[in-house]
Amino acid sequence: MAVKVRIPTPLRKLTHDEEIVLVSALTVGGAIAELQTRYPGIKERLTDDAGNVRRFVNVYVNEEDIRFLQNQETALKDGDEISIIPAIAGG
Amino acid sequence: MEKNAGFMKALKCRECGREYPLTANHVCEFDFGPLEVVYDYDRIKQSLTRSAIQSRPKSMWRFRELLPVAGEPTVGLEVGCTPLLKADRLARRLGIRELWIKNDAVNYPTLSFKDRVVSVALSRARELGFTTVACASTGNLANSVAANAAAAGLKAYVFIPSDLEQSKVLNSLIYGGHVIGIKGHYDEVNRLCAEIAGKYPWAFVNVNMRPYYAEGSKSMGLEIVEQLGWRVPTNTVVCMASGSLLTKIHKSYQEAMKLGLAPEARPRIHGAQASGCSPISTAQKAGLDFFKPVKPNTIAKSLAIGTPADGFYALRVMKETNGAAEDVSDDQIREGIKLLAECEGIFAETAGGVTVGVAKKLIASGAIPADDSAVLCITGNGLKTLDAVVGHAGYTREIRPSLREFESLLEAEAPSLSPARS
Repeated sequence: MAVKVRIPTPLRKLTHDEEIVLVSALTVGGAIAELQTRYPGIKERLTDDAGNVRRFVNVYVNEEDIRFLQNQETALKDGDEISIIPAIAGG
Repeated sequence: MEKNAGFMKALKCRECGREYPLTANHVCEFDFGPLEVVYDYDRIKQSLTRSAIQSRPKSMWRFRELLPVAGEPTVGLEVGCTPLLKADRLARRLGIRELWIKNDAVNYPTLSFKDRVVSVALSRARELGFTTVACASTGNLANSVAANAAAAGLKAYVFIPSDLEQSKVLNSLIYGGHVIGIKGHYDEVNRLCAEIAGKYPWAFVNVNMRPYYAEGSKSMGLEIVEQLGWRVPTNTVVCMASGSLLTKIHKSYQEAMKLGLAPEARPRIHGAQASGCSPISTAQKAGLDFFKPVKPNTIAKSLAIGTPADGFYALRVMKETNGAAEDVSDDQIREGIKLLAECEGIFAETAGGVTVGVAKKLIASGAIPADDSAVLCITGNGLKTLDAVVGHAGYTREIRPSLREFESLLEAEAPSLSPARS
């Protein structure tokens, strides 16, 4: 079981410049916890004090926004891909 | 850090409140929240009084204390102070007691509200020492950056989706800057620009300069307040692309009340989108406080942003002010353009058709009460989106230069006017 996590540029300092990290968690929330174990400090960048994903951080599982899946409860299976994308400016 | 930052104090993350120096930076490095300019309102209150404003030249810079430049502005000194007109004929057609049109279709120099944000962004970019300016644009912003950069002697790179209306493309090219057409929709242009902005020392007006740029939109709301005789309107209908304009109109009303320029009121701010790109209005109607990104498909290309950067804050403003949101089809957009033209003699671009069409819907549904008053913000000029109305605006009848031919035409079309019948 391996799920690919794409790390955005601003967080790569924490992942020692790794752009793609493999995790084996069963849910998105589990994946964030696993990242935190390996790269301490990354969780607070992604989630707020209540543990919810920050408003200007978008998390996608296979291109679908997790807010339209089951948020951090969203189940993961082998070969899934998680993208973490900070909201961008414009307009 | 600048010694004298004018009336600005810092940049501050709207999410966590962390403060940053007043540089070209738009995002909080901790939680990715957007940065916003913090002002010294106590000092502003000393300086920005009704009489001070009224003594100044007729441009958006009469509200200079609330616009984020440190020194005197140097770009776009003639921008703003567009007409606010009482639209009695359109009011009757839409079935509302009182209606006003804020007409930025005739803003200077490029005929859209974007001249407001660009004059702030380029004035500030100069203060920060930039010599090249850039933007990601759905068209109007590209026109304005290209024109104002040319006048200011700055180099310009503007990035647009390659399928824009011909006149919006030409209106960027003519000023001699660099126009790059991207094969993709605006959200892809935007993502590319975020990458370029990270690599090149350019002032991207709506990326790294966004905290300053976005504040320029407040001038539209402040002008409305002054033009209504120092009163904040009860209802304002604003079109939404990124949602930024709507949030800044709201902020300008709050500032006008806080500074004592207008008496306390409870303005309602309503949002308008095209059905073919309605992530914000769809979320608002569903009662959500977040939106689902969409792939745009609408004739209102200037509003075709599928991932609106200020969508969350626009939703919050509508919720807090008891505002409504609606969206309209391409046909309803064209109908809105024609209504405004036929009733008030104003030719607005597709975004204006969206605003009028949505106002019509909101009045019909009672969301805006018929015995109330409303201001519609018209943001751009119809001459730039001719493609959208070609074939929908009637047709010319051709005759030879002969009085007899004219009279038989009149007899056929309008017998009551024909002298033959009298």
